[in-house]
Amino acid sequence: MTFFAFIGALEQGFVYGIMVLGVYLTFRVLDFPDLTVDGSLPLGAAVSAVAITHGVNPFLSLFLAMAAGFLAGAVTGILNTKLKILHLLASILTMIALYSINIRIMDGPNVSLLGTDTVLDTWMRMGLPSHLAAPTCFAAMAVLVVGLLIWFLYTELGQTLLATGDNRQMIVAQGVDTHKVIIFGVGLSNALVAFAGALIAQNQGAADVGMGVGTIVAGLASVIVGETVFGAGSVPRAVVAAVLGSVLYRMAIALALGLKIGDFAFSPSDLNLITAALVVFAMAAPALKKRFMR
Amino acid sequence: MIELAGVTKYFHRGSVNQVLALDNVSLSVSDGDFITVIGSNGAGKSTLLSCVAGSFLPDNGTITLDGVDITAWPEHRRAAHLGRVFQDPLLGTCASLSIEQNLALALRRGTTRGLGKGVTDEDRGYFRREVHKIGLGLEKRLADRIGLLSGGQRQALTLLMATLVRPKVLLLDEHTAALDPKTANAILLLTEHIVTEQKLTTLMVTHNMNQALKLGNRIIMLHQGTVILDIGGEEKRKLKVTDLLAQFYAVKGEEFSSDKMLLT
Ligand SMILES: Nc1ncnc2c1ncn2[C@@H]1O[C@H](COP(=O)(O)OP(=O)(O)OP(=O)(O)O)[C@@H](O)[C@H]1O
Ligand SMILES: [Mg+2]
Repeated sequence: MTFFAFIGALEQGFVYGIMVLGVYLTFRVLDFPDLTVDGSLPLGAAVSAVAITHGVNPFLSLFLAMAAGFLAGAVTGILNTKLKILHLLASILTMIALYSINIRIMDGPNVSLLGTDTVLDTWMRMGLPSHLAAPTCFAAMAVLVVGLLIWFLYTELGQTLLATGDNRQMIVAQGVDTHKVIIFGVGLSNALVAFAGALIAQNQGAADVGMGVGTIVAGLASVIVGETVFGAGSVPRAVVAAVLGSVLYRMAIALALGLKIGDFAFSPSDLNLITAALVVFAMAAPALKKRFMR
Repeated sequence: MIELAGVTKYFHRGSVNQVLALDNVSLSVSDGDFITVIGSNGAGKSTLLSCVAGSFLPDNGTITLDGVDITAWPEHRRAAHLGRVFQDPLLGTCASLSIEQNLALALRRGTTRGLGKGVTDEDRGYFRREVHKIGLGLEKRLADRIGLLSGGQRQALTLLMATLVRPKVLLLDEHTAALDPKTANAILLLTEHIVTEQKLTTLMVTHNMNQALKLGNRIIMLHQGTVILDIGGEEKRKLKVTDLLAQFYAVKGEEFSSDKMLLT
C-alpha cells in the first residue's frame, strides 16, 4: 500500500467510523438491525450540501444534517413500535422512501460543493498540509463522538438504552416506555450516520443519492471486525473497537484494491462482494472455530 | 388498594384455540394484604398477575389502584407502582449490566430518565447497605456483571430491585420455583422479611401448599379462571392442607381424580 493509500484509508476509516458508531448503537446496544442508514447517510450529505450552497455555515449544516438523520431514524422507530412493523422491514421502508426524499432535497441526483467553503477548509487554514487535513479533522471528530457516546451510555438515559436491548421485560418492569427508547435510540443512531454523510460530502465535494449503497454492510463489517480484533468486554471498549474496526476495514479494502494477481485485480465495484464475504467470515468465525479447533 | 371487577381474559379469542383464562374474576385486595395464590396448572394464576401488571388488557372488567381506574394504563406506566419478580431468574435483571447499574435502573422506577449519571456515588453507598441486608456478600461485587451471578443471587437482587422503591403492590409469580430447595427457602425468607418490614401489599403465586398456608394473611385458590376459595384472617391461620383439599373437592368434587397437581 502506498503512503497515500494509507492516509486515504485512515481518513475513510475515521469518517465512516462515526457512521459505524451509529450502527453499533442500533445493532449491538438496542439489538435492532437497522437498514435506514443506507438512506440516512446520503440524507445527511444532501441536507448539508444544499444548506451550504444556500449560504449556511458548513459547521451549522452538520447539525441540520444530524437533525434530519434523527427524524429519519425516528420514523423507522415509530413504524416498528407504534405500527408493529418488523424492525428490518420498517427500516427498509424508510430507506427506500429516503431515496425519493433525498432527490427532492437536492432537486436532482446530486449537488456539487466545488468552490464552496467546507469544514475542511477551516481546518486547513490552521496550517496543515492539505493531504493531512482530512484525516486529522476526521480523527478529531471521531474521537469527540466516541467520548460523547461513552459518556452518554453511562447516563440514566443511556443505561435505559442498554437495558432495552438486553432485557425488554426487565426495563418495562422498571417503568420505562421502551417505545420511546427505541424511537430515540434509532433516531440518535441515524443522526450519527447523517453526520458522517455530511462530512463525507464536504470532503469529496459533492452529495450523491447513490453514496449510501452498502452503508449497513460496511457498518456491520466494521463493528464485527472491531469486536473480533479489539474485544467488546465493556461499553468503552466496544465503542472504541467500533471506530478502530472501521479503520481496519478501510485498510483491508485498500489492500484488496491494490492487490494484483497476474492479470487479475479487484475493481471498486467488487467492494460490496469483498465486504459481504468479510462479514460472513467474521460472523461465522466463532462457529467455524468450534467445529475445527478441537 | 387494588380492585379487580369482573375481569375476563381470553387468549386466541374467536379461534379454535380459544382459552378462557380469567372468567369474570372480582377480587378486592386491602392495604397490607399478603395474599398467596394457589391452583392447578393453567388455572389462570399467571394471567391474573399479568392483568394487574398490564402485560395485556383484559377483554372485560376493570382494575383500580387506590381508587384510580388503571385498566387502560400501559405496562410501563403501572410499573411505577408495582414491584415484580418473575419465575425465570434471568428475566428480572440485565445480564450485561453490573449489579449497581441494575439497582440504579430500579431506583429510578417511575421517574423520567435524563442525562444525569446512571449510578452516582450516593447510590453506591445506599446500594452497599441494601445489598448487605440480603446477606449474600454481594455488596463487595457491585461492579460485577449480573450475568456472572447464580440464579438464586439474581433472584434475590430482583426482589431487592422490586422493592427498592416501595411498590404499592408486589407481584410474585412462583419466584422460587426455578431454584434449588435451599436457595428457594432463602429467597422465601427474604421475601417474608421484606414484605413484613415494608408492610407491602403482596400477591404471591405458589405451587407449594405449605408455603401458601405458612405465608401471608389470606389465601385464594383459582380454578379454570375463577376464584373458588378466598380465606383470610383467623380462619386462614388455622387452615391445614387437608382442609384446603377438602374445600377444593367440595366446590369441584367432580374433578377430584383428574387433578393431581394440587397435591404437590
Ligand atoms: N400468552 C398466552 N397465549 C395463549 N394462551 C395462554 C397464554 N398465557 C396463558 N395461556 C393459557 O391461559 C390459561 C391460564 O394460564 P396461566 O399461565 O395463567 O396459568 P397458571 O395458573 O399460571 O398455570 P401454571 O401453574 O402452569 O403456571 C392456560 O390454559 C394457558 O394455556
Ligand atoms: Mg403460571
